[in-house]
Amino acid sequence: MKMDQKTYSLTDPGSFGKIALILGIIGLAGCAAGYFVDPGRFFHSYLTAFSFWTTLGLGALFFLMLHHLTGATWSIVIRRIPESLMSVLPYMALFFIPIIFGMKELYHWSHPEIVAGDHLLQGKASYLNARFFIIRAVAFFVVWFFLSRILYKNSINQDSGSDGNLTDKLRKISAPGMILFAFTVTYAAFDWLMSMDAHWYSTIFGVYIFAGGLVSALAFFSITVISLQKNKVLETEITSEHYHDLGKLTFAFMIFWAYVAFSQYFLIWYANIPEETIWFDHRYQGGWKYATLLIVFGYFVMPFIILISRGAKRNLTLMRIMAFWLLFMHWLDLYWIIMPNHEHYRAMISWIDIAAMMGVGGIYLWLFWRKFSSNPIVPVGDARLGNSVNTISN
Amino acid sequence: MNVQNKMKVVIAEFDSTAELMRAAEKIREAGYTKFDCHSPFPIHGMDSAMGLKRSGLGYIVGFFAFTGLTAAIILQWWASVVAYPLVISGKPFFSYQAYLPVTFSLAVLFAAAAAIFGMLVLNKLPRLNHPVFSSELFKKATDDGFLVTIESDDPKFDESEVKKYLLSLGAKRIEVAG
Repeated sequence: MKMDQKTYSLTDPGSFGKIALILGIIGLAGCAAGYFVDPGRFFHSYLTAFSFWTTLGLGALFFLMLHHLTGATWSIVIRRIPESLMSVLPYMALFFIPIIFGMKELYHWSHPEIVAGDHLLQGKASYLNARFFIIRAVAFFVVWFFLSRILYKNSINQDSGSDGNLTDKLRKISAPGMILFAFTVTYAAFDWLMSMDAHWYSTIFGVYIFAGGLVSALAFFSITVISLQKNKVLETEITSEHYHDLGKLTFAFMIFWAYVAFSQYFLIWYANIPEETIWFDHRYQGGWKYATLLIVFGYFVMPFIILISRGAKRNLTLMRIMAFWLLFMHWLDLYWIIMPNHEHYRAMISWIDIAAMMGVGGIYLWLFWRKFSSNPIVPVGDARLGNSVNTISN
Repeated sequence: MNVQNKMKVVIAEFDSTAELMRAAEKIREAGYTKFDCHSPFPIHGMDSAMGLKRSGLGYIVGFFAFTGLTAAIILQWWASVVAYPLVISGKPFFSYQAYLPVTFSLAVLFAAAAAIFGMLVLNKLPRLNHPVFSSELFKKATDDGFLVTIESDDPKFDESEVKKYLLSLGAKRIEVAG
């Protein structure tokens, strides 16, 4: 990997994209095999992988709009990473197609004969029906397509000349974008994940999914920056001050995730109403009990203790390990939401899970890398880039 | 405080941030400990030039947050298990889930209080007055002055020596307050 120090574009993008593409194709082949071996398992594994990579992109989209709205300076130098990451979101619409075909396996409300014998599902049928489900999914992807497109295009236009108006324009797009984001993410989480157990509901569920996505996006930024620097790219532009800021945000949103997760659990535990507690009960039976405990300690308690100090956030080796760990935890969190609907007692990872993660992830990372390496890897036209390089974090 | 040991402060003005930084380094190397720098805006790198260590406030806050956390759990355990064991909606006496909001709040309360009072104690506040406030030169610290102050309770303090030393460092104006 090589970078031109004047234009900040990658003259040699390295082999990362190729490796990701190859792994993606192998993974997708594995997915196809998985579909024929065990279609039920395949669709659940696939939905987990799809949710993981989509929420990662959504986390990046949120971070980017937050960056524009607050006029943050420190993050300008790393802005191309969330920009490239969220510009992959529209492609996720293609990855959504298998979920439409797997609706019968994933969502029991899509069976008319089950709905006919279920009073509660009949009441929800005006919202939870196959046609409206698909219309909503199309709407989400249309919103994400336009947001990511406009934000990316204007940022690239800025590269050719220092036009101060574009900074303003990006901010003006981000304000309504944030509102659209909140609605689409909430309803996407309700539709794709919560409705798997259609009797159960939690109003905070969308926030829960969003929080996990943002944590994993921030962790992904840290990993990307560290890997770039290991390849001698952006060595002087990104300093431990930027790492410290990224670490602080990762830490803060990890706590936010835990706060939301606990709020969700707490109200259900307190009220103790069977139709609500059943969801947690399913996740505390058989092997799932250990998954639940691993999430509590691995996603909150342990990272909280490890990352609380200033030194830890400036220690790149530690931050890298923790970032990978948090990504794994986000995957486990989604797995823990989705898989108990299929496997009620056994919490065992299957090769289909790995194939799905590789398949969707490989293509996702390939597209990400293609976007990232096709333009200057820092927004060279932003007038505040110099200030961003010299950021000081305390 | 009586007249004999009333504190004196030597104030010296420098031309630029770079000179102030160099002066701070020299003063630290010369072995002075009770000195301070004043400028209208923060200067990056000044902490290390002056030889200031990172504040220990974080550890004080951490300690008190943990104390608040422990106190909250013990308080709630004592109230609902030992003193008034009541069955509430069929839940166990020691329902740690229900304790968490109070535990969190008390930890935050202790941490916030420790941060404020710890900051005051570490800054030796509150104090009613300081000799520098009688100085005309010191007012420039909030305007355009880059100032160094050396206080008379420094073990190395000797008024004429200090003045001479500061002049040799390039101070353009010197005033003694107190």
